[in-house]
Amino acid sequence: MTSEFVSVVDIVGSIREGKTTASDVLEQHLARIDKRETEIHAFNHVMAESARANAASIDADLKAGKERGPLAGVPIALKDNMCTRGVPTTCSSKILEGWKPPYDATVVTRLQQAGAVIVGKTNLDEFAMGSSTENSAFGPTRNPLDTSRVPGGSSGGSAAAVAAGFAAASLGSDTGGSIRQPAALCGVVGVKPTYGMVSRQGLVAFASSLDQIGPFTHTVADAALLMEVIGGHDPLDSTSLDQPVPSLTAVLGQGVKGMRIGRLADMPDGCEPEVLARLDAAFAALKAAGATIVDIALPSLSYCLTAYYLVAPAEASSNLARYDGVRYGLRVESADLISMYGATRAAGFGAEVKRRIMLGTYALSAGYYDAYYGKALKVRRLIANDFAAAYQSCDVILTPTSPTVAFPIGEKTSDPLTMYLCDIFTIPTNLAGHAAMSVPFGTGAHSMPVGVQILAPALGEPTMFRVAAELERAS
Amino acid sequence: MSPSSDAKTTPKITAQVVAKVAHLARLDLTEAELALMTTQLTGMLDHFGDIDKLDLSAVTPMAQPFPIKNVYREDVVVPGLDRQEVLDNAPAPQDGRFRVPPSNGSES
Repeated sequence: MTSEFVSVVDIVGSIREGKTTASDVLEQHLARIDKRETEIHAFNHVMAESARANAASIDADLKAGKERGPLAGVPIALKDNMCTRGVPTTCSSKILEGWKPPYDATVVTRLQQAGAVIVGKTNLDEFAMGSSTENSAFGPTRNPLDTSRVPGGSSGGSAAAVAAGFAAASLGSDTGGSIRQPAALCGVVGVKPTYGMVSRQGLVAFASSLDQIGPFTHTVADAALLMEVIGGHDPLDSTSLDQPVPSLTAVLGQGVKGMRIGRLADMPDGCEPEVLARLDAAFAALKAAGATIVDIALPSLSYCLTAYYLVAPAEASSNLARYDGVRYGLRVESADLISMYGATRAAGFGAEVKRRIMLGTYALSAGYYDAYYGKALKVRRLIANDFAAAYQSCDVILTPTSPTVAFPIGEKTSDPLTMYLCDIFTIPTNLAGHAAMSVPFGTGAHSMPVGVQILAPALGEPTMFRVAAELERAS
Repeated sequence: MSPSSDAKTTPKITAQVVAKVAHLARLDLTEAELALMTTQLTGMLDHFGDIDKLDLSAVTPMAQPFPIKNVYREDVVVPGLDRQEVLDNAPAPQDGRFRVPPSNGSES
């Protein structure tokens, strides 16, 4: 679907061999941005000037024989909830408009050290709350494959930037599916790593026990390479796993012979038939490659939505308390401190963010804590137990990433619950803290891409990437 | 806000409860927003009542994917954020500090 664009691996190779330069590669991407960005609105902020300077410096260094890292000259876009020193970071919210972070997120530092060229900050649902990128204070992003449709969300800008060839790869954040669902809807690869594998330092917090940063790419090998660059222990994130990221690029050719692939015996309602047909085709491809298909059950799956939409807003209501008009961002002046807080937050937050702050504050408030938040944490344990039991009999689980292909802009904005149902297959991974990724696997209704999701246990990335590579070969 | 005596009963949300929660969340909501929020929260909480039928009495709550332990570092001086860069982001910096309105509601 996106084969007209060059992969990260090929860009790195071509620059290294002197067939092209970082500057030339960058100009090709900037030209595509010039041509289609007005229509798609993938970016909140394009960093053309600094990107040109970085690309030129990389070219000069390479010419002088200096090593510039495994991503030397690769144009990469960042979701606009990752801090970039001196460069606006808005979370697509009016409350942070104009804010220039005084530090870089760890992932940004690691990308720069690896020689990546940051091309811009991408649009998202405000504070990553949404599944369509329609909740941005700066207007929606459109799906590059059909601009009447959403790109998914909340990392819709990052998915669209890769699908449109504005960047060779991008980073997003995934709290309940915000990398995998837009990857599926835009026909690219998207990875949600094991909780703690990628540092969250400098990622503006939404729900701290669920958030994880991961890559969007055209190919599985590109995703593996990016994971090796951004992953690994970071002392600045207290939830960072104290171990190196496993080698992923090295395992891609190992195949799936003898692997046990889990299939949900009870598929939740609401999936488009074309989506289920692509899932069946994925099982058939893996079987043909030597894997065994095993029926598994996740009895608590249907309760995940409730657990997630109580836990995530509860954590968000606490995390977003920092936007009070005192130290940064918007302030609406008022006679006293309390009314300044209320007026600032009323003016600065959009409808979905207000809704989730309200839901979370309610779920945590005296008298309701046990009935909602407390129960949700117990349901979270149930789904983790379900996964533990399922992984006794299988190595990975295959599901659709999204029950549907990309839907028309405006279709689900009036009823928040309908929008929340987009996340049914992606949420369980975040609750458990496991790894999962979406791989494009053909098309469904309206010729829009379908993503197949590979779920793996915590630290199961090597196995997950082997399956992803096999599906890519078969697609 | 009256506490529910039974955690199994899904409490009904009223406009008064929504107004109280909005105050706790420091969100000035308009009358129209309060009405819409009451309707939408009611719909969501009805849906979320699905977990009421589960017997969770023996289940340990899970707040984090993995156990969290304290992380320590050597107690050495390292550079902090640049003071001016931080203050440049403030809506009302004054004399190297963050100026805020009076907390008791009257201008001094």
